[in-house]
Amino acid sequence: MRLKLEKRAEPSRFMLYASPIGAVLVTMIVGAIIFSVIGYDGLGAVYQVFIAPVTTSYKWQDVALKASPLILIGVGLAVGNRAAIWNIGAEGQYVVGGLAGTGVGLLTQNFTGPWILPTMLVAGFIGGAAWGAIPAGLKTRFSVNETLSSLMMTYVAIHLMNYLVTGPWKDPSGYSFPQTPLVTADQTMPIIIPGTQVHLGVLLTLIIAVGVWVLMSRSVFGFQVRVVGSAPNAARHGGFSQKQTVWLVFLLSGGLAGLAGIFEVTGPFQQMSLGFPQNYGFTAIIVAFLGRLNPIGVIIAGIVLAITYVGGDMAQSALQLPNASKGIFQAMMLFFLLASDILVRYRLRFVSRTPAPAPSPSRSAA
Amino acid sequence: MVVNPPLRLEVVGITKRFPGVLANDHVSFAVKPGEIHALLGENGAGKSTLVKMIYGIMQPDEGEIRWNGQPIVVANPRAARKLGIGMVFQHFSLFEALTVLENIALGMDAKIPQRQLEAKIREVMATYGLTLDPHRIVSTLSVGERQRIEIVRALLLNPRLLIMDEPTSVLTPQEVEQLFDVLRLLAKQGCAILYISHKLHEIKALCETATILRGGRVVDTCDPRQETSRSMAEKMIGAGLKDVTKPASRTIGREKLVVNRLSVPAAGHFGVALRDITFNVRAGEIFGIAGVAGNGQNELLLALDGEEIGDDAGAITLDGERIGRCSAKERRLRGLSTVPEERNGHAAVPEFSLSDNSILTGRDRLGMVFSGLIKPGVAHEYTGKVISTFAVKATGAAATAGSLSGGNLQKYIMGREILQNPKVLVVSQPTWGVDAGAAAAIHQAIVDLAVAGSAIVVISQDLDELLALSDTLAVINGGRLSKPMNIADVTIEELGLLMGGIHGEAGHPADKEPVHAA
Repeated sequence: MRLKLEKRAEPSRFMLYASPIGAVLVTMIVGAIIFSVIGYDGLGAVYQVFIAPVTTSYKWQDVALKASPLILIGVGLAVGNRAAIWNIGAEGQYVVGGLAGTGVGLLTQNFTGPWILPTMLVAGFIGGAAWGAIPAGLKTRFSVNETLSSLMMTYVAIHLMNYLVTGPWKDPSGYSFPQTPLVTADQTMPIIIPGTQVHLGVLLTLIIAVGVWVLMSRSVFGFQVRVVGSAPNAARHGGFSQKQTVWLVFLLSGGLAGLAGIFEVTGPFQQMSLGFPQNYGFTAIIVAFLGRLNPIGVIIAGIVLAITYVGGDMAQSALQLPNASKGIFQAMMLFFLLASDILVRYRLRFVSRTPAPAPSPSRSAA
Repeated sequence: MVVNPPLRLEVVGITKRFPGVLANDHVSFAVKPGEIHALLGENGAGKSTLVKMIYGIMQPDEGEIRWNGQPIVVANPRAARKLGIGMVFQHFSLFEALTVLENIALGMDAKIPQRQLEAKIREVMATYGLTLDPHRIVSTLSVGERQRIEIVRALLLNPRLLIMDEPTSVLTPQEVEQLFDVLRLLAKQGCAILYISHKLHEIKALCETATILRGGRVVDTCDPRQETSRSMAEKMIGAGLKDVTKPASRTIGREKLVVNRLSVPAAGHFGVALRDITFNVRAGEIFGIAGVAGNGQNELLLALDGEEIGDDAGAITLDGERIGRCSAKERRLRGLSTVPEERNGHAAVPEFSLSDNSILTGRDRLGMVFSGLIKPGVAHEYTGKVISTFAVKATGAAATAGSLSGGNLQKYIMGREILQNPKVLVVSQPTWGVDAGAAAAIHQAIVDLAVAGSAIVVISQDLDELLALSDTLAVINGGRLSKPMNIADVTIEELGLLMGGIHGEAGHPADKEPVHAA
């Protein structure tokens, strides 16, 4: 009896959806074992990280607030990854989007009116898109690998933010803390569920995700992205430009990351500060893959990852688990997902017959 | 020494199942030492599966393989090579950017110092009369030369059984003869050869025994020298063979496609530059372009279909319109359809459904797009029409292109373009690696389209195909196109010389410059 991998005639649709669920379950099991082995309450850790945020109703708003940027960034990355264009720099685009919107906010501090917030949001999108345009331009003009350039631009973005927040944009009445002035009332995201912190950005994120789903599944643009990702030569044959696709994908994914950034500034943060980069841009890579590069899947995956963020914090206070533990859970999830994805194209079969060993090759010349 | 040497290879009752398919159904046959044995069958008949099991890439579900009389299990290709089984695949596994020598070194199971390996390679090449510079970069080589690398690679192991999978699909008549000489010499030295093909006249010329497969079963074993091509073909497809009917009374109309001094610089240092390509094709005419692989055929197709756009708008005229600066999309909208040589990944996306593959080239011409959104229903319906009109064996419009056999995928691709009713159709290698039944259907479809009044360009390395189809024939060599010739005036010798690069023009001495020099 032995196990055998056998190629499927067609990729399995069942495994396509079962594999992320399996990955989450295996993460829970292995996580429980690992934390038990190193001397924590393993089952308790898994409970705190994955279950407690769901069963504790006052944590739901935290989950929604964490999920929103993950989903918004993840949706953009899903589009790029579909085209086999690897934008690893969403964190930087998120930061620059936040900065661009904050810049508009600083200029409009002394104004009032309903136009101010939308202007900041547009600036956030443009800022993220502009930051995404840099690796896009480098790739289309000079064939620079976008994985590296987009990642490196993230560090540039963070240094730019550090400079602005500790220098020219520092709040003069902020006791010299490295942060910008608080946003005004007209610069704040309206709360959509009274009594919580759930703001309009969460709703906009869901609307955008559904919109991108329609775009990807129904539009010529979505088709173009999928062809370029699957078979670049066929894309050329079909009349689709690879360069145009690179540009569109980076502008879209960068723009959405930037929008997520300004949602955070005008929502939970209320200002730009040194603590602004939350690794959402990197975690969203996991979200995109866990969501099968499908915007609807990304919504679900974003919620799952948000649960681990919130649960990680809960486990920290309840079980004194180190802060890094949620990173371990998140990384395991991506790892198990990539590993179980082989079952989409292959099936496992038990083979009962054990083959006889091969006789030594006969060297006789006939 | 025994009187009767044991059979080199014996396959007994081999059965292999795939999900939903019985690829091999109790297949049995035997190959003697020194025998050239043909394995004949349509695409999907189970030839490839069978040899993959002999070469250890797959394991049979039932049955036994015997090697020199002893039952064996070939666990993997490495074990097969150790036994003395070599294989030359239809699709080569070569690294384009590396040299011949480096490619061979990478494929060796044992580590041999480069200098020694080179000496061995030169020795093998001298023995079998193969010419190849071990230090050439693979990307500069023609398909025929690339195949030679694979053959040398197999011969270095001193094989006792050599499996050749569709080896001649890309060779010139002269190259085919050279290959046959090598194979005959090998056989004379006692090496058994398993020759997979569907080219019947080649099998008649080369093989002593043929095992004919159909639908995964052995339907006959015969001596090809005693059979006619037709009788073998009918056994292979299990039905009477249809001839391509080409009505003599076709009206050739006015010029549809005019190519005037089309020049394209070489793409990168591995490409071929097109130089002053000039020809025209009239409505109802089939214009054939012969040539050895790698002489600019690919570049010509890309230049014609707009995947590479030149500077001169007047270099290409379609129905009187100058389209030399138009994009692929604009050219297609105006009625120029193309079918590139590579089916998977160029003409079609393997992991997409057939329906989505119809969207790839048909979306604008067939109204599959409405204000930026795709109408899947239209694509689905059109794909169904292609499948039924061209008898494509597929589970339906939702089947992925990659799940179709080569012949069926090619029928689908041809159908996808032909039912768009193009003014001009350019096809490259329409029947490469396609079985006889599908090839006949594709040829008939090309002729029918011409009869309906389209202008057709067929780029092919298969001279039989071109001679059967074309009204006018030209040869491409080193990125230049010869003068078009009326098919009635063409001789095989002349074509062979033109393909070899001898144009018979003044100032072009008949020296043997490499045919692919660009």
